[in-house]
Amino acid sequence: MTLSTTDPNLAPDGIPVRRNLWLRTRKRIPVAWRRPLAAVGIVIILAWVMLAIFAPWVAPFDPLAQDFSRYQPPSLEHLFGTDAVGRDLLSRVIYGARVSLPLAVLLVALSVLVGATVGALAGYVGGVVDSALMRVVDLFFAFPGIILAMAVAAALGPSLTNAVLAIVVVSWPAYARVTRSLVLSLRESNYLAASRLLGASSGRALIKEVMPNVAGPVLVLASLELGNAVLLLSGLSFLGLGAVPPSAEWGSMVSAGASVFYYYWVALFPGLAIFTVVLGFNFLGDAMRDALDPRSARSVATSEL
Amino acid sequence: MLLRFIISRLGSAVILAIGIILVSFTLTALLPGDAASSRLGERAAADPEIMAATRRRYGLDQPLYIQFFVYLGNLLRGDLGTSIRTQKPVLTDLAQFAPASAELAIAATVIAIIFGVGLGIIASLRANGVIDQGLRVVSLGGVSIPIFWLALIAVFLFSITFRIFPSSGRLDPGQTPPQQITGMYTFDSLFTGNWVLFVSALSHLILPALVLAAPMVGLLLRFTRSSMLEVLGNEYVRAAEAKGLPAHTVVLRHVLRGALVPVITVLGTAFASLLAGTVLVEQIFGWPGIGAYAFRSASNLDLPAIVGVTLFVAIVYITVNLIVDFLYGVVDPRIRRA
Repeated sequence: MTLSTTDPNLAPDGIPVRRNLWLRTRKRIPVAWRRPLAAVGIVIILAWVMLAIFAPWVAPFDPLAQDFSRYQPPSLEHLFGTDAVGRDLLSRVIYGARVSLPLAVLLVALSVLVGATVGALAGYVGGVVDSALMRVVDLFFAFPGIILAMAVAAALGPSLTNAVLAIVVVSWPAYARVTRSLVLSLRESNYLAASRLLGASSGRALIKEVMPNVAGPVLVLASLELGNAVLLLSGLSFLGLGAVPPSAEWGSMVSAGASVFYYYWVALFPGLAIFTVVLGFNFLGDAMRDALDPRSARSVATSEL
Repeated sequence: MLLRFIISRLGSAVILAIGIILVSFTLTALLPGDAASSRLGERAAADPEIMAATRRRYGLDQPLYIQFFVYLGNLLRGDLGTSIRTQKPVLTDLAQFAPASAELAIAATVIAIIFGVGLGIIASLRANGVIDQGLRVVSLGGVSIPIFWLALIAVFLFSITFRIFPSSGRLDPGQTPPQQITGMYTFDSLFTGNWVLFVSALSHLILPALVLAAPMVGLLLRFTRSSMLEVLGNEYVRAAEAKGLPAHTVVLRHVLRGALVPVITVLGTAFASLLAGTVLVEQIFGWPGIGAYAFRSASNLDLPAIVGVTLFVAIVYITVNLIVDFLYGVVDPRIRRA
């Protein structure tokens, strides 16, 4: 990072620039205005993580316990109402955090593992290997992932594990591209040459010198994608290709409420849970992107769902 | 020069398409489910003779690489195989379902451009003010909202509670579709001057299109804002201001034009990746399009249909990106020279 010494409100010759009121954009950013969103994001995520960890103590009912009070509207006893078989929706929504959050982390971790390995190989080895691997990456970018994910889930049977694997197959290329470009920029660096001169093998140099320097940016990119991972997984579950009943998964809970509009609370609250979690991740991610790259990252892949 | 560019681009697009067929072929063949048995049902699938006959009929008894080359050969003759589920040529199925999806996707994109780019411009002009902060929340909300949940809320509010828009289908029950020209009912009814049908088609289209547009609005808003901000700092903008041009001329003629290149890129990618959204939205709104077709084909392990629909969507993606590349040159002449 270079520190710019030029004041954006001064022309190069030091004369203050008077700006059109309509176009005053280079005004110093009031930092306090921008951080609240990040703080809100952190609070939301922490709250959901706590709920997930302490679900058995927080949830008022057993998320799987059925009784005869089916489709009860929200009340003091059942704050979010009950579903078709009388299960308490508040408890199910709380337990749902135990499904969605760990799986989103797993999904992103696996995609990073595959993508970063391919990208690092391509960037480090270069030449034919590089162009071959990058064509494969291009291919998976153009590949309509959702169809593949649906076919995989249909063939292997609906399960959350299969849904995660299916999404990994189509989400790793983004990490491969980023890792490759980072490795390429590092390959010519002096300390890598130094490590080679000291007799390190290229494999050792890759793991010891290149990887630690690539890890930071890639992990930031990965954390930005956590919200998307939650959306993708709940989307597949909504289609009946992920979580299997009676598991308390948000997407399949929304799907259960999709056919009974009169009992609006069945779909409303699980969907709200997905929305808040993803919003939390994106509030946080937005602030991180600003902090890392003031011009706002262009490289961030567009959302899939 | 331009011709060489086009030819090399088309060449790599063809190679990409062949690669996509290869990948979808291999992946679907690796899946444990069997198209033949999913077609036959349990009892018939238990009979080895019937199974063998069915496999022969669909060419499934051949080694995979032969199946692949047979497929490529047929493809050259415009034959994408026969759907095991609908028993119709895949190409016929695609031609039947594609216009509905195209109509939905185009409507969603138009909505997203109007709101996304418009609000993005406003956000950039009021950068870091209260309005900008509010729009930032709108933008993040748009990309964070689960689209299937938004669709359900929209149906609940606008179809069931207030009865403003119909909840499913492309026309009211009993209405016959307009004469097929583009296959998009709004255009076709307009071309044939059938106003009743046009109003009906439009009222069916609006709700799913709005829902599908939500994430795109969020995305476009953010990119337009940051791209505008980058251009606003340029010397030529100051020059235009100094000339005394009115603010709206500076913004719309000078700044927006410079800011459009990155926005077009995102628009292209977003349009091409609408498919995932259409699968969910078409499912909820009973919209008979490619997304719904892909879902039914996949859940029935209808391999010819899966490969066909995959290829079709990939070709749309590649084509849209080609168009985006050409549009660059139109918006930014510097790229044409490169």
